[in-house]
Amino acid sequence: MEFMPNFKLYRPDNVDDAIKIKTEHAEVRFVAGGTDMIVNVRRGIEQPQCLVDLTSISNMNDITEVDGGLEIGANVTLRNVQENKFIRQNYPCIAEAAGSVAGPTHQQYGTVGGNLCLDTRCLFYNQSEWWRQSNDYCLKERGDTCHVAPSGKRCFAAFSGDLAPSMLVYEAEINVVGPSGSRRIPLLELYRDDGMAHLTLEPGELVERVHLPATLAGDPSRYEKARIRGSIDFPLAGVAIRLRKGKSNAVEDIAIALTAVNPYPKVISDLQNLIDGKLSEDELDFIRDTVRKQSKPMRTTTVAPWYRRRVVGAIARRLAAELSA
Amino acid sequence: MAEVKNKTNLSCTVNGRVSDNIVSDSLLLADFLRETLGLTGTKIGCDGGECGCCTVLIDNAPQHACLTLAAKCNGKAIETIESLSEESRLSAIQRGFNEKLGAQCGFCTPGMVMAAEGLLRTNPDPNEQEIRAGLAANICRCTGYVKIIEAVQSAADELKMSGQAL
Repeated sequence: MEFMPNFKLYRPDNVDDAIKIKTEHAEVRFVAGGTDMIVNVRRGIEQPQCLVDLTSISNMNDITEVDGGLEIGANVTLRNVQENKFIRQNYPCIAEAAGSVAGPTHQQYGTVGGNLCLDTRCLFYNQSEWWRQSNDYCLKERGDTCHVAPSGKRCFAAFSGDLAPSMLVYEAEINVVGPSGSRRIPLLELYRDDGMAHLTLEPGELVERVHLPATLAGDPSRYEKARIRGSIDFPLAGVAIRLRKGKSNAVEDIAIALTAVNPYPKVISDLQNLIDGKLSEDELDFIRDTVRKQSKPMRTTTVAPWYRRRVVGAIARRLAAELSA
Repeated sequence: MAEVKNKTNLSCTVNGRVSDNIVSDSLLLADFLRETLGLTGTKIGCDGGECGCCTVLIDNAPQHACLTLAAKCNGKAIETIESLSEESRLSAIQRGFNEKLGAQCGFCTPGMVMAAEGLLRTNPDPNEQEIRAGLAANICRCTGYVKIIEAVQSAADELKMSGQAL
């Protein structure tokens, strides 16, 4: 790997200072755990003049119960999410997703905010400088052609965070803080369908905390991902499912979200027909087919898109079967 | 005096000894340990957080020294493989790796031992599954992991029998 480029590191202890530094300098990036950002800086994908380390900001470190719901600060580590009893009991797939990010060492210092704002990934993008140079770079970085879809004019790099789908099935909201103040938006609005710029954050804005609603607390849920190396890897395809059953095992509420098969975490639509019915073989097949139809994996990993489309449907079907049993 | 650009005062403890240095903001902890302090026990394998060779303990938690900026470690306690033996006596985990043949080429061993040290500090009596999970971020291309797991089990048993805790 290449040498580290020269940059200035700022370590502000409050959000206002972090935003001020971000807006006052050119070529600035936020960094928290650094498990992905430092690799990208090293590969020359990111070329910051300054890095703003957010881990010294003290009011983003807590998991707080609020009126039966939960607030998770952006600086909370994935390990703390995974081990938190309230999350394990009331939002189980979020703990499961946090425990499946990379390996146990990464989870010690990787953060919630970092995983939600994770850069999109692609076989032609997450490579060393000489690799990308010898391939004439790509649309997402310095080049003018997308090697995944050369005739297209857009980037298909896949969003590969594990936490986002698990939080989306619980209809999470986030607090975004920026130069013009603070706003609270649904987590889904953080993302857009563009691999080049998949976050809707304005310049200088950062994700401060996540809110999980009390109304859905306690709903059973699961998260599972397919990956090349079981012990440590980004997802090839990931599925989060929340399934609440009512009387006589009928489906009262169901939500499914995917990761790593689109440039943004995808919430599956058209599931309303399943409400009030039971999940028998036909309904499970319907879930599998709906998930396959709405996932759009491209050639962004070493594994073929057709396989990832099949596997994402298979995982969704299996998890739904487990939750409805 | 003019402001020193892109440098940070780094005051931390490394293996129990206070270390005061002015470091470049872009210096990685792995390079700081190896080049500045001469603690070459910490190895650099993949440089991207994939292999775990550079695992050190920061405030008792295993972290990758190759993905951590040295300047972020101000006020922290860093422990490397060099801290484990006492007066030339191997620690329980090192002895386990030695006796159970947990090391072959040895390149991954410092990272493995530090990850195991972090694991046994939080969970002194792990089962095989917990050892596998605890060392999942460390790759070994020689042993096939069986001997490494035996080594950690042996160290945990030894610590339990002697009534010591890490």
